[in-house]
Amino acid sequence: MSGHESSYTPTNAFTKWLDTRLPLVRFAQDTAINFPTPKNLNYWYTFGGILAVCLVIQIVTGVILAMHYEASVDGAFASVERIMRDVPFGWLLRYIHANGASMFFLAVYIHMFRGLYYGSYKAPREILWILGCVIYLLMMGTAFLGYMLPWGQMSYHGSNVITGLFGAIPLIGESIQTWLMGGPSIGNQTLQRFFALHYLLPFMIAGAVVLHVWALHVPGNNNPTGVEVQDVKKDTVPFHPYYTVKDAFAIVIFLIMFAVFVFYAPNVLGHADNYVEANPLVTPAHIVPEWYLLPFYAILRAITFDLGPIPAKLLGVIFMFAAIAVLFVLPWLDTSKVKSMRYRPVAKQFFFGFVAVCLMLGWCGASVPTDPVIKALQGKPTLVVSYTDNGDEVTSEYKGGAEAYEDAKSFMDSLPADASPSLSAVPAPTFQFKHLSLILTFCYFGFFILLFFLGLTEKPKELPESIHKSVLKRHKDADAVATPAE
Amino acid sequence: MTDIPAHEHGELIDEDRRNFIHIATGAAAFGGAAMFAWVAVDQWNPAADTKAASALDVDISKVPLGSEIRVLIGGKPFFIRHRTPAEIAAAESVDVSTLRDPQTDDERLRPMQNGELNRAILITSGACTHLGCVPVGPAQGNTGEFGGWYCPCHGSEYDTSGRIRKGPAPTNLPVPDYKYVSDTVVNISL
Repeated sequence: MSGHESSYTPTNAFTKWLDTRLPLVRFAQDTAINFPTPKNLNYWYTFGGILAVCLVIQIVTGVILAMHYEASVDGAFASVERIMRDVPFGWLLRYIHANGASMFFLAVYIHMFRGLYYGSYKAPREILWILGCVIYLLMMGTAFLGYMLPWGQMSYHGSNVITGLFGAIPLIGESIQTWLMGGPSIGNQTLQRFFALHYLLPFMIAGAVVLHVWALHVPGNNNPTGVEVQDVKKDTVPFHPYYTVKDAFAIVIFLIMFAVFVFYAPNVLGHADNYVEANPLVTPAHIVPEWYLLPFYAILRAITFDLGPIPAKLLGVIFMFAAIAVLFVLPWLDTSKVKSMRYRPVAKQFFFGFVAVCLMLGWCGASVPTDPVIKALQGKPTLVVSYTDNGDEVTSEYKGGAEAYEDAKSFMDSLPADASPSLSAVPAPTFQFKHLSLILTFCYFGFFILLFFLGLTEKPKELPESIHKSVLKRHKDADAVATPAE
Repeated sequence: MTDIPAHEHGELIDEDRRNFIHIATGAAAFGGAAMFAWVAVDQWNPAADTKAASALDVDISKVPLGSEIRVLIGGKPFFIRHRTPAEIAAAESVDVSTLRDPQTDDERLRPMQNGELNRAILITSGACTHLGCVPVGPAQGNTGEFGGWYCPCHGSEYDTSGRIRKGPAPTNLPVPDYKYVSDTVVNISL
C-alpha cells in the first residue's frame, strides 16, 4: 500500500547520491521488494505476474518479427513464409508470438474471472478494474489487428466481417467503414495502417499496465477473504521473497504449458485457412475469429430479429459491444458490500453458472448457427412435392426416411405431365446453435443484472474478522483433520 | 479593473489580463490540436490513387457465352455474365410480384450508347447481400436452383438476373454504376 512508509535506507555513498537525484532504488524497494501484500493470496493471484511476462514476450518477439515482415498485399504472405522457412529461428519466434497471443488471453480470462470471484472490482479498486478493462479492450484490438498481418484467407475475410460491423451503424456507418479501410475494400492501405497500429497498441497496453499497477499499489491487493488489511504486521508479508517466488513458480508452470503448444501443437489454436493467401474472390465457407473472441462473435450472431426500428445486424453489434461495456460499470452494478464470493453462497453459484455461459458462448461462436446443438435430436427432413393442379399451386408432404422418398417419387411419377412437380426437403425443426446463443446471451447479461438485485437480498456468510484470523482458522481446521483428538 | 496587491513586492496582479492570456493561450493550443486532429483523421480516408482505381473499363466481347468473368474493382468483386437466350427468357418470365426484392430484368440492365438494352450482358456485384461471401456461378460449375449463382456460405440462390430467390440474403445482387463506352467496352465504377 502506498500508505506504508518507505523502509529504504541507502547504505553507501553512491546510493545516497542517487537517492537524492533519482530515487530509483527506493522506488523498486518500496513497490516490488518490501511492498506489504496480504499473506493469504492463492495461486489465482499469480496471473498478474504471468500477464506481465506475456506482454514482454509479445513485445520482444513482435519487434523482432517486424524486422522481417513486409506490410504489403504482395509481400506480406510471402514474408511470413520466409520467416517460417528462411529466417534463422524465425519459425520459433513466430510460433511464440502467435501462440503467445492465445496464452495472453487465457491468462487474462483467468485473471478477470478471479477478479470477478473475489470482488476485486469493488471500492476502493474501481479504477484498478476499469484500467484492467481498458487493457483487455486494447488487447482485443491488438489481437484483431495482428491477425490480419499474415494476409491469409481468414485474415482477410475475418477483417472484412469486423470492419463490416461498422457498416451496420445507421447513416454514418458506411463512411466509417470506408474510413477504416481507406478505400472501398480492404487493401494495401488497410494492411499498412493495421500494421502500424499493431506495433503501437502494445506500448499503449504497457502504459495502461503502469497505471494499473499504480492503481493496485494505492489500496493494495485484494485477497481471497475480501477483508481489507487492518494490521500490516499481522495481515501482510513483504512482496519479496514471498510473492516473487510464488509468482515465479506459477510463471514457470505457465511457460511449460506455453512451450507445449509452441513445440508440439503450434497450429492447433489457429485455422488452416490462414495458410492460404488472401483471395477476395474466394470466401472460406466458415469464417470464425480466434478462440478468445468467439463468445463475442456468438453474441453478435445470436441476434437475428429486428427490434422496432433497429435492424438485427445493428442490434447484434450493439449487444456485442454492450457485452464488453458492461464490464466497465460492474463496480456499480454489484450492490453487495461483501467482496469475496466465498461468503456469498447464492452469488457464488451464479458465478460458476456465468463461467459456464461464457464457455458455452465460445462453443456457439465456433459452430455453424443453423447446425443442431445435439445432432442426435435432429429429426428426419420432410419431403415436399410441389406441383400445379388445374392451375393452382399444391404441395404434398412426406415424412420419414428412405420410404418417404420412394413414396414421394412414385407420387411425382403418377402426376400428369403438365403438373411440373418439384421435390424439396424441409429440415425438421430442431434446437440450433443460434437458439442456444440467444439464450446464453440473455444469461450473460442476466448475470450482471442479477448481481444488482442479489446484493440487495442475499444473506452473506459470516466474514472473518481479519486476514490473519482467517489464515489461523484454516490452519487449525487442517490440523484438526490431520491429528484427530486423542 | 480588479487590481489587487500581491506578494511582498507590492506588485499589482491584473486578473482580467491573466484570464485573457490563459484563455487565448488555451484557445490557440486547442485550435492547433483540432486542426491537426482533422489532418490525422482525414488521412485515413481513401487516397487519390485509391479513388482513381475505383473504376475500370472492361471488354465484354471476351466473356464466353453462357459463362462469366469476374473482375475486382478497388478490391470489390463484380460479375459480368454473358447470358444465353434461354437464361434471358428465364429471367424475363419470372412473376416479379413473387420476388423478395421485386425488380424486372430490364430494371437490372443499363442501356447501350444507342439507348437499347444489351440483354445478353448482365453486370452485378459479386458479393452476396447476406454476409458478403462471393457466390459461385457457371465457371465453378454450380449455378444453383435458379440457374444464376449459388452462395456456398449460407445457401442463398440467385437467378439469371442476379435476383435473390431463396436463402437468407435480403436483397438482389446490386447492379453497379456502369455505362457502355462502346459496343464492347463498359466502364464500371464503384
